[in-house]
Amino acid sequence: MTRKIIRLSLKTIFHNKMRSFLTVLGIIIGVMAVVTLVSITQGAAAGITDSISDMGSQQITATITDEDASVSAADVEELHTYSAVSGVAAVNTFSETVKKKEETGTYSIVGVTPEYFEVQDLAVQRGRKIAPSDDECCTRVCVLGTEAATDLFGTWDAVGGTVRIGDRTFQVVGVLEEQGSSLAGSDDSRILIPYSTAERMTGQTGVSTFYVRASSEQEVEAAVSIVDAFLLQATRDEDAYTVNNQSDILDTMDDVSGTMSLLLGGIAAISLVVGGIGIMNIMLVSVTERTMEIGIRKAVGAKRRHILLQFLCESCVLSVLGGAAGLVLSFVCIRGYDLLTGSGSTVNLAVALASILFCAGIGVVFGSYPAAKASRLQPIDALRRS
Amino acid sequence: MIRLRHIYKSYRMGSMAVPVLKDINLHVRPQEFLSILGPSGSGKTTLMNIIGCLDVPDEGEYLLDGQPVESCGEDELAEIRGKKIGFIFQQFHLLPDATAYENVEMPLLYHKIPAAERKARVEETLERVGLADRMTHKPAQLSGGQQQRVAIARVLAARPSIILADEPTGNLDSGSGREIMDIIRGLWQAGNTIVLITHDIHVANEAQRKVYVRDGVLSDREEDI
Repeated sequence: MTRKIIRLSLKTIFHNKMRSFLTVLGIIIGVMAVVTLVSITQGAAAGITDSISDMGSQQITATITDEDASVSAADVEELHTYSAVSGVAAVNTFSETVKKKEETGTYSIVGVTPEYFEVQDLAVQRGRKIAPSDDECCTRVCVLGTEAATDLFGTWDAVGGTVRIGDRTFQVVGVLEEQGSSLAGSDDSRILIPYSTAERMTGQTGVSTFYVRASSEQEVEAAVSIVDAFLLQATRDEDAYTVNNQSDILDTMDDVSGTMSLLLGGIAAISLVVGGIGIMNIMLVSVTERTMEIGIRKAVGAKRRHILLQFLCESCVLSVLGGAAGLVLSFVCIRGYDLLTGSGSTVNLAVALASILFCAGIGVVFGSYPAAKASRLQPIDALRRS
Repeated sequence: MIRLRHIYKSYRMGSMAVPVLKDINLHVRPQEFLSILGPSGSGKTTLMNIIGCLDVPDEGEYLLDGQPVESCGEDELAEIRGKKIGFIFQQFHLLPDATAYENVEMPLLYHKIPAAERKARVEETLERVGLADRMTHKPAQLSGGQQQRVAIARVLAARPSIILADEPTGNLDSGSGREIMDIIRGLWQAGNTIVLITHDIHVANEAQRKVYVRDGVLSDREEDI
C-alpha cells in the first residue's frame, strides 16, 4: 500500500513535470544555499583552525598595546628564569621598501632574536638562521620567507645574495621553509633580520610584541600567568597589554565560525520555508483540480486517512525530490568553489542529511493543510462538482 | 437486503430547507433487479446517494443487510461502500490519468487485497467485460461504451453485493447502450442485486420490478403520484 502510494505520488509529480519543477524550485535553491554556504564556511574555518594549531599550542603571544608603557628586551629575557617557560623571543616588526636590482616591494621586516626560531618552531630550507653573534654585532644579514625569496631572486638561489632594505644593504644568509598564510597575512613574504639591527633601524628601544614558549602543553596555563604577572608589574596597568595563547584564538575562531554558519544557514533556511509555502500553494490548487478523483476514490471505499496519506505523501515526495536536486547542485557548487579557490571545502554530510530531513518535514508541515482539506471533501459534493 | 423506512431528506438553499425526499419506503430483496424511474429533479439521484451510502438521510431508518446505516460516520460509510456497493455512473467517473487496469485495481487497494489476488481479479473482470486487450489504455483512448465497461469491471472486481447504476446508458449511443444493458442483465442473471436509476422507460423495462419517484415521493404505481 505504502509503495503503491509513493509510486502514485511519483507518477502524479512526473505527470506535471514543469509545474512540479517550478513548485520545488524554492526548495532546490534553499537546500543548495544552506548546504553550500554552511559547507564553505566550515571548510574555511577548519583551514584557519588547522593553520593556527600548526603553530603549536605551546606558544603564547604577548602584545603591549599602550605606547607609553615600555618594556625592554633585557627585561623580557628575565622570563627565562621560570621553569614553565622554555623560550622567549621579542620581535620588532616594521614595513620597509626592499630592492633587488629592478625588483622593488614593501615587505614586513621582523627583527628577531636567535631564540625566535625555536620559540616559533621555524626551520630554514637553505643557509642558516640568525645567529647570536649577528644579534650581538648588529650585522646586516637577513633570512627570507619563501615568497620573498622567489619575488626578489626568482629561480636563483637567494642565499649569498644581497638585498637593499631601506637604504642599507643586507646579505641573505638563509631561506625559511614554507609556512602558509595565517590570519595576519602571508608569513612567507616576511624578511627576518637580527633584533639589534632592527632596533637601530627603527630607533625603537621598547618591546611591543614578544613570544613565549611554554615548556610543555601542561605548563601553558602557568606560563600565561607568569607572563601576565610580569607585564602587570612592568606596566602597572592591566589594560596596557594582552596575553594570548593559541587555544584562546582557536576557541574564538570556533565561536566565530559557528556563529557564521548559523547565520548563513539561518538566512538560507528562510528560503526553504518560502519554498514550503510554494508547495502548499500548489497542493491546494491540486486538491481543487482533483476534486473528481477524490470523489471517485471515496465512492469506491477510500477512507479519510487514505486520501490524507496520498496527498501528504505527494507533498513529501515532491519536497524531498527538490531537496535531493538541491543537494546535487550544492555538490557541484562546492566542487566548483574548491577548484577555483583551492580551499579544500567538502560537503558537510551532517548538514546535507539534516537538510533532506528538513525537506521531508517541510513536506509534512506544508502538505498537511491541503491534504486535510482533500480528505474532508464529501464524496457527493466531489462527484457533483465534476 | 435494502430496507428504507420513512426516509426524509432536504437540502438547504440559503435559509430555506428544500425537501427532496418525503417519506420514502422501499424494500429491495436479494438478487432482485429493480429500476427507479423518474424525471430529472424528482429526487432519484438523492435516493441513490442514500442507498449507496454516499449520503445519510435526515430522518428515517435505513437497514442494509440488517445493519442500520443512518447513524454511521464517514469512515464507516466508506467501509460499507467499499465492501457492499458498486457504482455505475452516467459519467463513468474513471481516473483520467490511470489505465483501464489501474482504474479497476484502485478500489482493491483500499481493501488490503494481496497483490497476486488483485492482479488475478483485475484481469478476470476486464476479460469478462470484453476488454482483455485494452488493459493499458487510458480512458481517453477508449470509446464511451468501453469506458463504461471499465467502470463495470471496477465494480465487479470489488465483488459488491449490490450494484447501483445511475443512468448507465445516459451518455452512450443506442448501440453501446444496448451492450451495457446486456452486461447489466447478465450480472443480474449471475446472481447480483441491481438497482437501476433512470428516466428512460425503455431502460427501466429491463428490470424485474419498477418503482416511480416524482417530487420526492415514491410509489409502486405510476398513477398514484
